[in-house]
Amino acid sequence: MLTAILTGFLFSLLLVFAGKYLKGKLAILSALVPLGLFIYFLQFVETIANGEIISQNVEWVPSFGVNLGFTLDGLSLIFCLMITGIGFLVFAYTAAYLKGHEYLDRFYGYLGIFMGAMLGIVLSDNIISLFVFWELTSLSSFFLIGFNNKEESSRKSAILALVITGFGGLFLLSGALILGSVAGTFTISEMLISKDLISESPHYIIIVAMIFVAAFTKSAQFPFHFWLPGAMKAPTPVSTYLHSATMVKAGIYLLMRFTPVLGSTEFWNSTLIIVGTVTMLYAAIHTLFRTDLKGVLAYSTISALGILVFLIGLGTEEALLAACVFILVHALYKATLFLVTGIIDHETGSRDITLLSGLRKVLFPVAIAGFLAAISNAGIPPSFGFLGKDLIYEATLHFGNSAIFLTALAIITNILLLYAGFLAGIKPFSGKLPENFSKVHMPSFLMWIPPLILAVLGILIGIFPSIIQESLIQPAVTSLGENGGDVLLKLWHGFNTILALSATTIGIGIMLYFLIKPTKKVEIAIEKLEFISPKTITEKFGDAFHYFSSLWTNLFQNGYLRHYVSTIILFLVAVMGYTLLKNTRYRLDYSSFTALTIYEVITVAIMIAGILYTVFTKSRLAAVAALGIVGLTISLIFVYYSAPDLAMTQFSIDTLTVILFVLVLYKLPKYLNLSDYKTRIKDGILSIAFGALISILALEVLAEPQSSEISEFYAENAYLLAKGKNVVNVILVDFRGIDTFMEIAVLTIAAIGVFALLKLRMTAKERITTENKK
Amino acid sequence: MKTVILKTASNYLLPLLLLFSFFILLRGHYLPGGGFVGGLIAAIAFVLHAFANGLENTKQLLRIHPGFLMPVGLALALFSGFSPIIFSDLPFMTGIWFPEPLSVVGMVGSALFFDIGVYLVVVGVSLTIIFTITESA
Repeated sequence: MLTAILTGFLFSLLLVFAGKYLKGKLAILSALVPLGLFIYFLQFVETIANGEIISQNVEWVPSFGVNLGFTLDGLSLIFCLMITGIGFLVFAYTAAYLKGHEYLDRFYGYLGIFMGAMLGIVLSDNIISLFVFWELTSLSSFFLIGFNNKEESSRKSAILALVITGFGGLFLLSGALILGSVAGTFTISEMLISKDLISESPHYIIIVAMIFVAAFTKSAQFPFHFWLPGAMKAPTPVSTYLHSATMVKAGIYLLMRFTPVLGSTEFWNSTLIIVGTVTMLYAAIHTLFRTDLKGVLAYSTISALGILVFLIGLGTEEALLAACVFILVHALYKATLFLVTGIIDHETGSRDITLLSGLRKVLFPVAIAGFLAAISNAGIPPSFGFLGKDLIYEATLHFGNSAIFLTALAIITNILLLYAGFLAGIKPFSGKLPENFSKVHMPSFLMWIPPLILAVLGILIGIFPSIIQESLIQPAVTSLGENGGDVLLKLWHGFNTILALSATTIGIGIMLYFLIKPTKKVEIAIEKLEFISPKTITEKFGDAFHYFSSLWTNLFQNGYLRHYVSTIILFLVAVMGYTLLKNTRYRLDYSSFTALTIYEVITVAIMIAGILYTVFTKSRLAAVAALGIVGLTISLIFVYYSAPDLAMTQFSIDTLTVILFVLVLYKLPKYLNLSDYKTRIKDGILSIAFGALISILALEVLAEPQSSEISEFYAENAYLLAKGKNVVNVILVDFRGIDTFMEIAVLTIAAIGVFALLKLRMTAKERITTENKK
Repeated sequence: MKTVILKTASNYLLPLLLLFSFFILLRGHYLPGGGFVGGLIAAIAFVLHAFANGLENTKQLLRIHPGFLMPVGLALALFSGFSPIIFSDLPFMTGIWFPEPLSVVGMVGSALFFDIGVYLVVVGVSLTIIFTITESA
């Protein structure tokens, strides 16, 4: 299974080198990758149907309990087949859709990464590796949404999608870490055993809330739904593949995967029901106001995702069965509708629903695909959609007290979804063909065959539900912790309430389709409410954050070296001063001090003179020279207190520092612009405070009882172990050799930095020419 | 700075100071000194020469850009760290020694090579920084 996941990534890597050969007529060959994977996963169908679970464990970071554990069970298998199967059709479709596109190879590369990552999500048995793949899908989605990176709106949508899904990803990581520490394992299948432990843990609510945020952002649930309509800026194959059939269902997958571990609690169920209901209704109503085909489909996708969350929230066996079936139903018809929309867009250059009509005369096979998908979407028998809708009603009807209320909500949503489906699948093809579309011709078969296959599949499964009953649905329901063995999928249940509800839905939906004509007016009217939408609020928040961070940055990163130095010192004085004031007892034992010698007095006098001269001189060079004197007196003090190594180093460093200063100052303009007395007083106070603080610190260190263990060790072993008599040097080159190595590496980096800053900068002339070019 | 005294003196001081810096480097293991101080002294020797004779002359004398000493020194230090793994099958950075001391130098071992690496890096870093600033200031 690891190989299967890696195939997508390796394919993308290959494109880096072989991309230019695959851009032309050979583009169709790339579809072989998902096809191969699809066949690979098909061979597991029988094994999984027999109730087996296939696992593979590859150690990755065993010390942290992070392994690449993969498990293929019923739920994973449905997703794997969807990812690779629809992937195959989308890959083939793209070959014609983006034929001759300059960056076709790049596009396939992103798709390949996405496919690998998505397979990784649904196969991972380790929650940390699941998180890694989760983020990878967000990243590939970012690149795909922003594929037309010359358009500002594409870039903006891509960033918005990345921010929202990335935000959710962080929550997933935190939730996973807490969950892992509560359960004592990061392996999902092992968490099942400690289910009670987890749900009784005080952190249960936090874990679930974090996983919810992750799932809701990824699966575009209210109030995080708004990135999905923006994501429709991506080329249509991407909308088909990522933003309706697979990636947005990753959140659904996450919720389903954790249903056996975290589910069936009050918090889990009611939150999901509320969020799912709000999302499905909110988005379904929104479809009424859209005139862009992809806009309609985006909102109906959000609504369908809402239904799925709602069903998982119900949590009964019937509801979970309905969810499993509806995932497939939705993937089949929505992918078809998106692909059909792509063809319309590609051939007519328009997605405006108010302009499109009568296209069946020129795009007949496409019209069939659209029609069949709309039927399945509407839940009209004998389609697969009918089956799915029945199961949803069955789940709501048998749900305790609020059955009637929930069923009513489901019916309203389904009516509106039916309307949306008809709008996308039937409306563009019915009516009269406008003059300007009469020259529209059929696209390459690579484009119209995939939607047709999906649409026909949607009807076929409806007529013969036994195709998937035992092979896919039963194992999937079983892997959700229910008894899937007795699941029975039937098209005809006899005359009962559900059939009546279904008929009502279809009837009202079709009426709605004929009554309401989408117009620009309504779309413009709804835009007036945009200012309270979650999207606007998020963007405002983003702007405010931007504003705040630029204020913050300008305050501290102002570019003046002197301000940096004073800020750092001020901070140190504040922090250290506070600690010292609080904890210091200021006890000094004067008797332990040695008597002053005449050398010391003279040295300190010279030092003070040097300092005073530095402060009051009006010449820069003189100030530097005086500072040099201070440095030399310090090295003299080192000599008195028997630290010859330090003295030597201090002496050489000081010499070089003075030279360096002179070199720089020598080239500065001659006029003097010294700081005024206010600044000087401020700097003076800061320096004195800092100096005093360091002195107190040094005296305090002396007052502490010394532990001489370490220095004794070095003194004893320097000659024994390292054959050296100079302990300082032995420490530097032997005992702490790695430290020294790091230090000289840092020195090298600093030198390279200086060299790069000064040598590789542009000359004034070059700068002018580059600016002119802009 | 064009003074004849400094110019003449620097011509004699350069080899002397370099020799002294090497002396400081070698004695480091037994008496005050070592690669770091030695490197600084060598750098000062070259800077002094550059003061007296002009940067161009010093660069001609050096032949290579001082920056090249940095990777050489780093490599030498790293090599001395790996030498116990290569020669004696001991862990990284273990000190290994030749059995007999050399006259003048004393014991020769991996630590000495490490110190020479430090020496070269310090010379390279100081000269690179000072030369670069001199040229572009």
